[in-house]
Amino acid sequence: MLILTCPCCGVKGEETEFHQGGEAHLKRFGPGSTDDDFHTYMFAKENPKGAHFERWRHNNGCGKWFIAARDTVTLEVYGTYPAQTHEPPQHIRDAITARHPGWTWREFA
Amino acid sequence: MKHYSAFAVAREALRYHMGWERAWASPEPKKKYDVIIVGAGGHGLATAYYLGKNFGITNVAVLEKGWLGGGNTGRNTTIIRSNYLQDPSAAIYEKSRSLYETLSQDLNYNIMFSPRGVIMLAQTEHEVRGYQRTAHANALQGVRTEFISPARVKEIVPIINLDGPRYPVLGGLWQARGGTARHDAVAWGYARACSAMGMHIIQKCEVTGIRREGSRITGVSTNRGDIACDKLGLVVAGHSGHLADMAGFRLPIESVALQALVSEPIKPCMDCVVMANTVHGYMSQSDKGEMVIGGGTDGYNNYTQRGSFHHIEETVRALIETFPMVARLKMLRQWGGIVDVTGDRSPILSKTPVDGIFINCGWGTGGFKAIPGSGWGFAELMAKGHSPLCDEFGLDRFYQGRFIDESVAAGVAH
Repeated sequence: MLILTCPCCGVKGEETEFHQGGEAHLKRFGPGSTDDDFHTYMFAKENPKGAHFERWRHNNGCGKWFIAARDTVTLEVYGTYPAQTHEPPQHIRDAITARHPGWTWREFA
Repeated sequence: MKHYSAFAVAREALRYHMGWERAWASPEPKKKYDVIIVGAGGHGLATAYYLGKNFGITNVAVLEKGWLGGGNTGRNTTIIRSNYLQDPSAAIYEKSRSLYETLSQDLNYNIMFSPRGVIMLAQTEHEVRGYQRTAHANALQGVRTEFISPARVKEIVPIINLDGPRYPVLGGLWQARGGTARHDAVAWGYARACSAMGMHIIQKCEVTGIRREGSRITGVSTNRGDIACDKLGLVVAGHSGHLADMAGFRLPIESVALQALVSEPIKPCMDCVVMANTVHGYMSQSDKGEMVIGGGTDGYNNYTQRGSFHHIEETVRALIETFPMVARLKMLRQWGGIVDVTGDRSPILSKTPVDGIFINCGWGTGGFKAIPGSGWGFAELMAKGHSPLCDEFGLDRFYQGRFIDESVAAGVAH
């Protein structure tokens, strides 16, 4: 079972309390961007077997968005942090490195 | 390969069944093959089979990291139907359904295809309109389906509750030639036929790297050494993203767990497949008498092969509403498989940015029904570079915005 802690209200809950909102730390490309950039942003998904960064919303709670660093195989949560953070905090990257030496996720490792 | 027949059974009965040979060989990998297929599930084995049968390419290896048919081929709910909305989907799924009809004879292996009929229940006004539209589209595509009344639904499925506490049954999309087949037997039958053509099926052989020279494939690295090839087919469902990563490109795919469960066996009570997409559950009865039940995919990417607990409750709740008699059944087993889902819920059968690598993935929650058609088309694509069945399903459709949108049409349940 996936258990997350909302960094906005501090409540810990299991997955039915939350809603996943796709990949985190996306750089968005809209009108005027190249086809390649738009295609990569829109369709080329990160789909790692291991550490993953995602947006989640505390639907049945405070209603706020946040980002979770999670393992897609073991469902271990490396940490959650507010949605306003532009890149994963160092202590979360360290926690992932401890588990998966040499992990990669876009430009963050 | 010895031919299976009533005569063979009688002959073996007289000599204590000592003469049966192994259905397929387990050879050591060679240094080089013309074609390597990664993934010995239904789609991979079907691809290898039609490469040999339709194009005479038999210097083929099928590599499997686990055991044959141990992924989603052995985990699905065995439903076969072709009542899709879009023309390219109808073409490949109907080709597949029609190949299933004679597959046992074709492979000389009883895959227990049972065209028992599939009903998709319409339980809201929108679903009624949606399925009527699908029925019209199917009529134009040459796929035989009809929209039937609640009374006819009750006639076909006497155990159904038409008045449902939340959603009454307002009709159904009925495909009489849809049905089920024995999923393991499909993989085993193809494997036996491939082995008989001299192809190598190599189990417990995990691909750990993809070797290329510039933009051209040269082979794969595995836990049993390097193997060279001219063409590589990636047919690994939920792990497609992982292998694409090794080859150096990304896919518009996300992997999630989809789960299923079966009940204890009971006497025959339902001789067709019923899918209730609004309340979200689907059910059929196996030849052993177990009710085979499929539910929802998880709400987030994962590779757990287990599935979220709350989906079991949701699925069972949906089925108890629809079939009150199942309320007292005990469940025997529950399991999950990793499905590879695309944005438009249509598969990808395509060339890739690397010359010589082809990919067959994205079947999402409904790949079993497509095994023969997918193998047929993908083999043609690998042999000739294009195939009328596959051309619409290329990776380029995401660049061009040319989606084959089945996400609404096919609903969630497959």
